Amino acid sequence: MSERELTMAAAISEGIAQEMERDADVFVLGEDVAKYGGIFGATGGLLDKFGPERVMDTPISETAFIGAATGAAAEGMRPIVELMFVDFFGVCMDQIYNHMAKNTYMSGGNVRLPLVLTTAIGGGYNDAAQHSQCLYSLFAHTPGLKIVVPSNAYDAKGLMIQAIRDDNPVMYFFHKGIMGLPWMAYFTGSTNMVPEESYTVPFGKASIIREGSDVTLVTLSQMVQKSVIAADKLAEDGINVEIIDLRTLVPLDRETVINSVQKTGRLCIADEDYRSFGLSGEISAIVAENLDRVNLKGSVQRLAVPDVPIPYSPPLEKAVIPQVDDIESCVRSMM
Amino acid sequence: MEAGKEHMLWMYEQMLVIREFEETMANIYLEGKLPPEIQEGLAFDIGSGLVPGEMHLAAGQEPVAVGTCVHLNDNDTVTGTHRPHHFAIAKGIPLKNLAAEMFGKVSGLGRGKGGHMHLFSVDKKFSCSGIIGAGMPPACGAALVSKKKGKDWVAVTFFGEGAANQGSFHESLNLAALWKLPVVFICEDNKYAISVTREESTAIANNADRAAGYGIEGVRVEQNDALEVYEVMGEAVSRARRGGGPSLIEVSTDRYLGHFQGDAEAYRPQGEVDQLRKNDPIDRLQKQLQDQGMSDTEDQQIRQGASEAVGEAYEFARNSDYPAASEAEMHVFV
Repeated sequence: MSERELTMAAAISEGIAQEMERDADVFVLGEDVAKYGGIFGATGGLLDKFGPERVMDTPISETAFIGAATGAAAEGMRPIVELMFVDFFGVCMDQIYNHMAKNTYMSGGNVRLPLVLTTAIGGGYNDAAQHSQCLYSLFAHTPGLKIVVPSNAYDAKGLMIQAIRDDNPVMYFFHKGIMGLPWMAYFTGSTNMVPEESYTVPFGKASIIREGSDVTLVTLSQMVQKSVIAADKLAEDGINVEIIDLRTLVPLDRETVINSVQKTGRLCIADEDYRSFGLSGEISAIVAENLDRVNLKGSVQRLAVPDVPIPYSPPLEKAVIPQVDDIESCVRSMM
Repeated sequence: MEAGKEHMLWMYEQMLVIREFEETMANIYLEGKLPPEIQEGLAFDIGSGLVPGEMHLAAGQEPVAVGTCVHLNDNDTVTGTHRPHHFAIAKGIPLKNLAAEMFGKVSGLGRGKGGHMHLFSVDKKFSCSGIIGAGMPPACGAALVSKKKGKDWVAVTFFGEGAANQGSFHESLNLAALWKLPVVFICEDNKYAISVTREESTAIANNADRAAGYGIEGVRVEQNDALEVYEVMGEAVSRARRGGGPSLIEVSTDRYLGHFQGDAEAYRPQGEVDQLRKNDPIDRLQKQLQDQGMSDTEDQQIRQGASEAVGEAYEFARNSDYPAASEAEMHVFV
C-alpha cells in the first residue's frame, strides 16, 4: 500500500473516517465539526462522507454534549466528541473529571466508556491567555483518562485509530500549530508520510525521534518539531541530542526515558505547558526515583511556560513559550 | 392512563420495600458512629461505623420512583442523584448488591468502589452521581443512542428542584428539545436543597413552567402520590417512546429525613415532618388498594415479603467481604 504526505489535520480526519467506515457505532459530535469540518480541520470531509446523523454539530453546551457522549458510550456507541479549545474545559470539567474519568472505577470495572475527547491545544499565534494553553498535565493528573498528544501526521493517524478502538475514555490533544492549516504558520516537520491503509500506534510507547549520546531531550507535541530544528543546529557543533517524543502521557513510557538518561546522563524537558506541578516535574521525579539506574552529570533542565498566563503581545508570548533558540541554548548550557 | 390493579400492587410493594430499606438504613448508619476512641466533644464520627461517609435517604419520595419505573423496562435508562435508592430499587437493582455496595463490600454493584452515591448497573441501565445536575447530560446521550438505533427506548433522569438552577439542566433541556430526544426530565421538588428552600433559590414558582422556555411539555404534579405520578409519567414516557420528544415533569414530594443522615435539620420548622407523615403516600395507596379489594391477608403477605427482602439484603451486606487492598489500584481502565 502506498503512502503520501498529509498534514496532521488530514491524517486525523482520515483516521476517523476509516474507523467510521469500519464501525457503525463511531460517530462525531461537537461545535462546528460537521459543516465547518472542525475549526482546526480535525473532522474535515466527514460530513460529506457520512452525513449529519453521524457527524453532528452541537449547540454551545459543552456540559450537555460531552455528558451526552459519556451517556452514549455507556450504551455501547463510540463517540468522538470535540472540545473546541482545551481552554474551554472550565465549562464542562465536571463531566470529564468526575464522570468520564471515574465511572469505570466507581463501577468496579463494569461500566465501559469507549469514547474519544478531541481538543485543540497550544499557542504561538497570539491567541492570548484563554486560547493558547496546553493543559494536558491537568488531565494526565486525573486518574481514569488516557492522554494522547501527537507531534506529527503519521503518529496522529495511528494514535487516533488506536484511541477510537480503546474501550476507555481517551483525551486526544492536537496542537493547532502543527495541524498544517492553510491559515496558521506551522512547523513543516509535522506534515509527513502517512500510509493509506489503516494502522495503529500503541499507547505507552515513546518514540525516539533521533538518537544521541549527549543530552536526553524529552518532549511532545509542537515542541518536538522545535526540538528537531534545535538538534540539527546543535549537531553542527558536535552536540548530539537524543529526542524522545512521549506521544502519550497516560500511559507513560517511563522506561524509554530512564534508559535514555542512563545513556546520556543529561536531561532536558521541553514542554509548552506551565512549568510548575506538571509534566516537566513528573519526568524529573521519575528520574529522581531511579538514581540507582541513572547518573546525572548535572541538574535537570526544564523548559516550560513560567507559571504566567500566556500574554497576547508578540514579544511577550515569544518570551514565555519555549522557542527553538531556548532549547538550543539550554542544551549548550548543559554541556 | 390510569393504573390497573396489577400496577398498583407493584407500586405498593415497591414503596414498602423502599421505605423499609431507607428507614432500616437510617438505623444501621448509626452503628459504630460513636466509637470508644472518639475525641472529646464529638457527637458523631462520620468516618466511622459500618456504613461510613455520607448517607442521603429518600423516605417519603417513593411515589416519584415507583410511578416512573412502573413504565420502564430493562432497555430504558435511568440516571440520578446522590439520593438514589428509591429509583435504584424501583428500576430493579438487586437489593443485596445495592446494600453490599453501600457497605463497601466486594459483592456490591461496584465492588465497593462507588458507595451509595455512585451506583452503576449496566444490566438495569442505572447510574447516579453525587454531582448536582450531572445525570441529565448522560440521559440525553442514552436517548440519543435510542434514536440513532431506531429503538423506542427511553431515558429518564431524576434531579431535585435545586438542580433545576444548575447549568446542566438548561443545556440538557435545550439539547433534548433541539434533537427531539426520548428523555423525560423528572424534578423531585422536596422543597429543600439541603437547607435552602425553593423560594430562596428559584426565581419562579414552578419548574414545570421552565419547559415552555425550551418548547417542550411541562407538567407539575402537586400531590406526593403514586397514582398521580403514574398518570403523568405514563404520558411522558409514552410521548418519548413514540418519537414525541422530551418532557419536563415536576413532582411535589416530601423528604422525611434530613438532607444527609446526621443533619440536625435546624432549618426545618418544628413538627413539619410529622405533618408530612400524616399524608403518607403508602397509606394512601393502601386505602386505594383496599377499595379495589385487596384483602388484609394479601396486604400482610406483601408487607412481610418486603420486610424479608430488606432483611436478607442487609444480612447479605453484613456477611459479605471487603475487597482486598490490592483492588484499590484495579479497574481504572478496562
